[in-house]
Amino acid sequence: MTLPSPSRRGFLVGAAAVGGALVVGTYMSLGRPGRAVAATPASGPVKPNAFIRIAPDDTVTVLVKHLEMGQGVSTGLATIVAEELDASWAQMRAAPAPADAELYANLAWGPVQGTGGSTSIANSWTQLRLASAAARAMLVAAAAEAWGVPASEIAIAAGVIRHPASGRTGGFGAFAARAAALPVPADMRPKDPAAWVHIGQPRPRLDSSAKTDGTAVYSLDVRRPGMLTAVVAHPPRFGARVRSVDETAARAVPGVVDVVRIPTGVAVLGRDTWSAMRGRDALVVTWDDARAETRSSAALAAEYRALGGRPGAVAASRGDAGAALAKAARVIEAEYDFPYLAHAAIEPLNGTIARNPDGSVEAWGAFQIPTMDQGTIASILDLTPDRVTLHTLPAGGSFGRRASTTSDWIAEAAWILKASGGGAPIHLVWTREDDMRAGHFRPMAHHRVRAGLDAAGRICGWEHRIVAKSLLMGTPFEAMLAGGVDPSTTEGVADTPYAIPDLRVEAHNAREGVPVLWWRSVGHTHTAHVMETMIDELARAAGQDPVAFRLGLLGNAPRSAAALRLAAERAGWGEPLPAGRGRGVAVHASFGSVAAMVAEVTADGPRLRVDRIVAAVDCGVAVNPDVIRAQVEGSVGFALSAVLRNRVTLADGVVQETNFDAYEPTRFREMPRVEVHIVPSGVDPTGIGEPAVPPLAPAIANAAAAATGTRMRSLPLEASARRGA
Amino acid sequence: MIEITVNGVAHRLDVDPDMPLLWAIRDHVGLTGTKFGCGIAQCGACTVHLDGVPTRACVTRVGDVGGQAVTTIEGTGGPVAEAVRAAWRGIDVVQCGYCQSGQIMSAIGLLSQNKAPSDDEIAAAMDGNLCRCGTYQRIRTAIRDAARTLA
Ligand code: FES
Ligand code: FES
Repeated sequence: MTLPSPSRRGFLVGAAAVGGALVVGTYMSLGRPGRAVAATPASGPVKPNAFIRIAPDDTVTVLVKHLEMGQGVSTGLATIVAEELDASWAQMRAAPAPADAELYANLAWGPVQGTGGSTSIANSWTQLRLASAAARAMLVAAAAEAWGVPASEIAIAAGVIRHPASGRTGGFGAFAARAAALPVPADMRPKDPAAWVHIGQPRPRLDSSAKTDGTAVYSLDVRRPGMLTAVVAHPPRFGARVRSVDETAARAVPGVVDVVRIPTGVAVLGRDTWSAMRGRDALVVTWDDARAETRSSAALAAEYRALGGRPGAVAASRGDAGAALAKAARVIEAEYDFPYLAHAAIEPLNGTIARNPDGSVEAWGAFQIPTMDQGTIASILDLTPDRVTLHTLPAGGSFGRRASTTSDWIAEAAWILKASGGGAPIHLVWTREDDMRAGHFRPMAHHRVRAGLDAAGRICGWEHRIVAKSLLMGTPFEAMLAGGVDPSTTEGVADTPYAIPDLRVEAHNAREGVPVLWWRSVGHTHTAHVMETMIDELARAAGQDPVAFRLGLLGNAPRSAAALRLAAERAGWGEPLPAGRGRGVAVHASFGSVAAMVAEVTADGPRLRVDRIVAAVDCGVAVNPDVIRAQVEGSVGFALSAVLRNRVTLADGVVQETNFDAYEPTRFREMPRVEVHIVPSGVDPTGIGEPAVPPLAPAIANAAAAATGTRMRSLPLEASARRGA
Repeated sequence: MIEITVNGVAHRLDVDPDMPLLWAIRDHVGLTGTKFGCGIAQCGACTVHLDGVPTRACVTRVGDVGGQAVTTIEGTGGPVAEAVRAAWRGIDVVQCGYCQSGQIMSAIGLLSQNKAPSDDEIAAAMDGNLCRCGTYQRIRTAIRDAARTLA
């Protein structure tokens, strides 16, 4: 997914006074043909598309258009604003922005408000810097006017406006109202990086306090007067429908208030969660499997492998891979299988929805693509989207799941509200089992690679075929498919930075009835593993050091090379390890950033222990280095269990792993020591929520191969070891 | 009617004694800092203290609580809790934060019993608390920091 870089001239800044506060926002021109500038300060009223609110009490609130799901986006965006305003960190606050596709669009996506693809900092960077610089200039102008001094003599530092010659000082709040009445400066320039005081410093997270004393409110904590809690009996197979239901026993459960049929199953409404759960247990539902997916995941995998034997749609082609392979001195052929993976955020999906007396609707949830969620609710309830107000709350994790293109979870709440007559607010709670059984998994994938080496040990031909269900087909993002190829299937292979002259990449879109979705780092979750383990196999087959071999192929990718060098150097690459231990390396570029990792593992019989991960990342300007480090540490903790053991399997279409006993996330004891190094950069910032996930699996698999002498290609490694593949 | 004492306040709840303490606390006492993650004692998000001992509220019948003092994240206080919270904030442990009530309840439980836990003892006390955001490295550091403060 590419990120257009909005030019400075694409932004127009607007401002308004709201209740004594200075409110500053931007107007966007995406600079695309056929899309007009949304509004200009000269031609239209200033709509409160605020990004920054400076209140009389000196607080500066950043309205965050992205979902805070732990990645630290509210802290990161506040850092950018604090920098340009010359604010003190103590006066910074963050609040979620309302849903508005025009005003709060993700500039990397087009007219949609959403969070994903590690775009939040990148697409906000210029926007917020310009809005903040304008706000600062207006505060200066207001102080100059009030004090009767030239603006050029006024300085701001750490939230204090100062006129050194006269000794006058004041806070932002004192000038907010006056500033709001002034014209918005036309051509703002962001600060010189040499003068940065916040960017690049480890400013504390704005949400640490509330998240350590129990006061943080998640959507599962929303309580509305008179609300009923809904728990839904879902079909055991994807695509099944209710055939018949006997509600008698459910209605007899104390605390159960109602039972309603909805398109996704049967909802039990209770006065509390426990009553609704017990009511659901008491339902007797028979399901119609006529249109259900009834295949097992093993059968699907066999179909993928068969499909992988046939030519697919061409995703990339340069040189002549077939001819090069024909004259290669040595060819390595390999197949790789990847399972479905669940996001398994600790907060299960849930949401609350209520109808107001005037017929409009309010919903509370962790909305990751709020303008789509809003549209879905509106269409279910026969409303226009402007009649649906969203209250976005922090997510108890998402990893992509809350960016469901069908808004499945909040859509279900809307169906229940409709079916129940809409009198009481509906608080929909999914249990862990509901969450795990609902699909929207990281797709299964099958890769088949033939890669050659010439007599000198150089890569000589690379044929690569990938089978996976498309994430984008049938969604509002379908236009991103090119020639039948879903770039989210082939990203990381088709655009490999390695100098491979003869490369052919093909893809097949598998078609099963299991919903799939982006899972932290999307296609890179499997493509990086294949690329980086195959490169390792080739390096070893060529008798070359895996780091040196990669560096020889990265001549056109200096950022990848630099990250790789840094990780190798800090990890002590090449230093001897005791018997039974191994070291492995991987480097991968994704979402505009680069992450390299060196893993150290111990082979302990059939079990693999990961002892240490040394990571080097390049995500451009490090807005908050501590948040970056936390994201890399967290990526390791998040992805490790998927490398080792996690997989969702289907038996006759029924999900087998439904809770954390069978699908066990990484535990405390398993967490390796993670050391994070940041490549210094002056390039505009890119994302870090996802890019540290892809290199983990191949670094570990390469280390395991070094430790044991056995190459395990498929994931998870424990299943691969059992199969001997 | 079930009588329980939560954070020092007595409550009379009109609930089934089979109801897990978790839902009694969240839906009837009205304290939502204690979280739901799995319902089967696998994640620790629901950890509360019963007479000071970390306990999974999702598998504890409210009818079995009796006279034991229930403490939730909202009711934590005193030197150990303050040291733990300060350590958590000092190095920004949290990411999404959803698991952290449970993590902190387990950490307070550990440090209340053992002022100088070894790394193995820390791992044993914390292994039942899942963090999907992977904050374990910082949790370990924060517990060590809190132990130093309390020493
Ligand atoms: S909710 Fe109790 S342990 Fe997971
Ligand atoms: S901080 Fe997100 S689950 Fe622990």
